[in-house]
Amino acid sequence: MINRPAVFMLWLREMKRFSRSKSRIIGSLIMPLFFLGFLGLGFNRMAVPGVAPGVDYLKFLVPGIIGMTLLFSSTMQGLSVLWDREFGFLKEIMVAPVSRLSIVLGRLAGGVTTSLIQALLILAISIVLGFRVRGWTDLVVALAFMLLISFTFIGLGLIFASRMRDIQGFGLVMNFIIFPLFFLSGAFYPLSNLPWFVRSLSYVDPLTYGIDGLRGAMIRSSTHSLVFNLAVLAGFAFLMTSLGAFFFEKSESV
Amino acid sequence: MDAIFAEKLTKTFKDVTAVDAVSFTVPEGELFGLLGPNGAGKTTTINILSTLLHPTSGSAFVGGHDVRRSRDNVRKTIGIVFQDPALDGKLTGRENLEFHAMMYGLGREERRRRIDDVLALVELTDRARTLVEKYSGGMKRRLEIARGLIHRPKVLFLDEPTLGLDAQTRRHIWDYIKKLNREHHVTIVLTTHYMEEADILCDRIAIMDHGKFVALDTPARLKDILGGDVVNMEIEGSAAALESELRTLSWIKTLGLHDGVLTMTMEKGERRIPELITLAQARGATVACVHLRKPSLEDVFLHFTGSTIREREADARPSRPMGGGPHGPGRR
Repeated sequence: MINRPAVFMLWLREMKRFSRSKSRIIGSLIMPLFFLGFLGLGFNRMAVPGVAPGVDYLKFLVPGIIGMTLLFSSTMQGLSVLWDREFGFLKEIMVAPVSRLSIVLGRLAGGVTTSLIQALLILAISIVLGFRVRGWTDLVVALAFMLLISFTFIGLGLIFASRMRDIQGFGLVMNFIIFPLFFLSGAFYPLSNLPWFVRSLSYVDPLTYGIDGLRGAMIRSSTHSLVFNLAVLAGFAFLMTSLGAFFFEKSESV
Repeated sequence: MDAIFAEKLTKTFKDVTAVDAVSFTVPEGELFGLLGPNGAGKTTTINILSTLLHPTSGSAFVGGHDVRRSRDNVRKTIGIVFQDPALDGKLTGRENLEFHAMMYGLGREERRRRIDDVLALVELTDRARTLVEKYSGGMKRRLEIARGLIHRPKVLFLDEPTLGLDAQTRRHIWDYIKKLNREHHVTIVLTTHYMEEADILCDRIAIMDHGKFVALDTPARLKDILGGDVVNMEIEGSAAALESELRTLSWIKTLGLHDGVLTMTMEKGERRIPELITLAQARGATVACVHLRKPSLEDVFLHFTGSTIREREADARPSRPMGGGPHGPGRR
């Protein structure tokens, strides 16, 4: 059922494309860096209500920006099916005698790798700006959260890509799904500052648990426990990738 | 066993029936052509046979495998060269072929050998390390044909293989196609809207119009249907009176009037021309030009559909917006 050479090849293709599009890598890092630089340094000396005492704003922000980077890069990876359809390459993939599951796994593998590379680049830059990771175990737990966030949103991107005919709907998805998910996740501010009816929406946003989990792992300051965040996020990741695979399997490729 | 067997194959997009109850068989080793204007349903037929689209109704078997139920077996049997490029521009020529070979489960040694072979066949060996986005249209097409051959398919689909290529490259590709079919016994199904291409290459041709097969036979027999020679007579002024008189004559087998040109078929055309001119003069029509030739597939198409393929394409254009509709983006 799972065709390993095909999964590997789809992953390798993504790596080659990624390494050859320097402008894409730089472009995808610029926005998070601006947020990190201007917000992080600009607000660093201010006391933001809801942020635990002893945690300065830059520290609070770094996990949020990493979550944001993963949200955007992973969704884009899921939606990249649309570009393959637009440029015809999807047909080449779809007529190959490999199970549709292998194709989805190959895409997931490629997408997760490129998203993690981008997130780790942001982390590296944060460290240059003064952020500190306490130790290897924290980093491993944080990586687990990054992985799950990435799976969740590649799945989400795949769902939309399978339901849409062309790239026209791309802007709609970005403005009506991705940006709300981002603002509801508490990447920039503690959710306790939001009015209750907005906050209740935050609780159905997978990224909320991802970012809270990253904060728990990296700065030891979170709303929910690590285990709770991990369990909820794993549930979302499983649901989204399954739905993504299901809709991809159903979609017609021309 | 037949390479392809289709029965009452139908595909409907919303309210458009792109393929309308088409039935045909292609024996192994045949070079089969689907000829028709853009929008006739050729590409949709190929997409169904290659498992890219589900048929709305009817059934089809490729290499003995059901295109609905055993899709992976069909996929293993076929190779396909799409009408629009289906290459990854960010990969090199060789990497595109590597991708394909891996997807079809070839081992390392075999991959290397076959990729070298097909690159040599399409004369792209020295450009194999160039990114495909830097290739010309003809190079891309050749690379795609090479890719379609790597896994040695039993049935090869070629969707408009020479669309938009220059005359020299076109002849080149015709030679490959013929060679593949004759020497490697690959069953080939090609679509085209070039009459000449269909005539030169195909063992049998299905003429497709509005989703249906209007005729299916060898090129020679299709042309024989018209009987004898084609005489074109260009008339200055009104040709209507002359046309109605000509319709009463039994030796004129078919007759059509397009843009002031009367197109007729008849036996021993060269002996009938003086008579035609006399008749025209008697009806007060001025003959500007007379032209006699053996029938072409263009005439056959005209005979079966009542219009030339160019007129059909001019009709079809406004109703087919670019990059949208049921046929997907970028389809022509």
